[in-house]
Amino acid sequence: MAPSSSVPISLTINGQVLESSVSACDTLLDVLRDTLGMTGTKKGCDMGACGACTVLLGGRRIKSCLALAASCDGSSITTIEGIGGADKLHPLQAAFIRHDALQCGYCTPGQIMSALALLEERPANLEAIREGMSGNLCRCGAYPNIVAAIAEVAGL
Amino acid sequence: MSGHSFQYSRAANADDARNQASKPGVTFLAGGTDLLQLWKSGALAPAAIVDISRLPLDDVEFSDGELSLGALARLSDVAAHRDVTRYHPLIAEAILASASGQIRNMATVGGNLLQRTRCPYFRNEQLACNKRNPGSGCGAQSGESRQAALFGTSPLCVATHASDLAVALVALGAEVEVFGSEGARRFSLRDLYRLPGETPEHETNLMQGELIAAVHVPNAARFAACSTYLKIRDRASFDFAVVSVAAALQIENGKIVEARLAAGGVAPLPWRLDRAEAALTGSVLDGPTIAAVGDLAVEHARPLADNRFKVALLRNAVMRALQGLESRT
Repeated sequence: MAPSSSVPISLTINGQVLESSVSACDTLLDVLRDTLGMTGTKKGCDMGACGACTVLLGGRRIKSCLALAASCDGSSITTIEGIGGADKLHPLQAAFIRHDALQCGYCTPGQIMSALALLEERPANLEAIREGMSGNLCRCGAYPNIVAAIAEVAGL
Repeated sequence: MSGHSFQYSRAANADDARNQASKPGVTFLAGGTDLLQLWKSGALAPAAIVDISRLPLDDVEFSDGELSLGALARLSDVAAHRDVTRYHPLIAEAILASASGQIRNMATVGGNLLQRTRCPYFRNEQLACNKRNPGSGCGAQSGESRQAALFGTSPLCVATHASDLAVALVALGAEVEVFGSEGARRFSLRDLYRLPGETPEHETNLMQGELIAAVHVPNAARFAACSTYLKIRDRASFDFAVVSVAAALQIENGKIVEARLAAGGVAPLPWRLDRAEAALTGSVLDGPTIAAVGDLAVEHARPLADNRFKVALLRNAVMRALQGLESRT
């Protein structure tokens, strides 16, 4: 492949195949939000520190602000739009509401996508949830309720 | 788009990667977790990026006692690998103390070893930094030096190396296998890194275009029962080490027959504490030995104005790591 400033890619996002041409410098986050208009995934720090941009790539949680879109070509991606909605909440979304696990809500899509992947890792206790969620910051400080919501879905 | 623009290409194989990256200004992309931060902060402005993430260099294998980590193995996969947790728990511990779950799913072994310093002067293009911009000066020496190194510094640079994994691997005597125009070569991981000296911009002994293919850890299962990675950071999780210590001992009949000690956050490269290791060898792991080794670990420390606390922190971290091992024996 010759060096290029524009790269054609194919992504399967929430089960739907999308073909697009992206700039060599575009992050997956920017393609999701700006090219595809899927603004559920949030941009916080844009430096991999806050976790607001967390999505699943091939079923594993990643920070989409640090993923080059061109490098994700051919991947399967799950965003917050793909796991549930107002009419049919995902159990984690319902638990977040029940436990009041948010205030402003900006970090919530990232918290939920991160928690979704963490549940697959079967956290053994509350400490494992806290450690496992350390890549997601909440400036409102809803941490105790976030941990409680995840613990409930994890059956802890 | 955040910074200066670059071109993108995908390497078809290792030869293609090496060829494409043989030109100045071309850099490899693996997990991207550090490269994208460097690019966004303006610390790095590559003309082109060669994506090596799909090359088949991600195997983790254990045979004849030697553990081989493919350079493109993801940190989360390495930390969860059965042979790593069984025979090299120090490696798994160091990885799990690194970054966050999301980053560990992206970051690779090779990329982790080649990550750039977290020195704030390096990461901010507005500030003076000889490593980023040779000849511009070292802002950290006269400015904020809290993160600065205690060992191996030069008048031109006091930055520390940020990898946890590298500290564990250097303690275990790991070797890197690299692939370049001259073919493959293999050497000690410790020799991958250079001290800053007069040329802090040259951090490794890799040649332009040379690619890390794998890391090999020689038979170190003898340390499996008695090793620990202690990381001291400003918050409980998801932060770089202020100081870290990898300790691995082989104890027979109550005496230490072999000792490995390396420290992170205190030098421009993972820092083996050779004199402390020598003092442990042949000794009984008890209070007086541990106190003496703590003192030896810091004997040549050269702190700056803001990082004097690291001397006591390193001494105490070495002692605490060894006390933890003592309580297990």
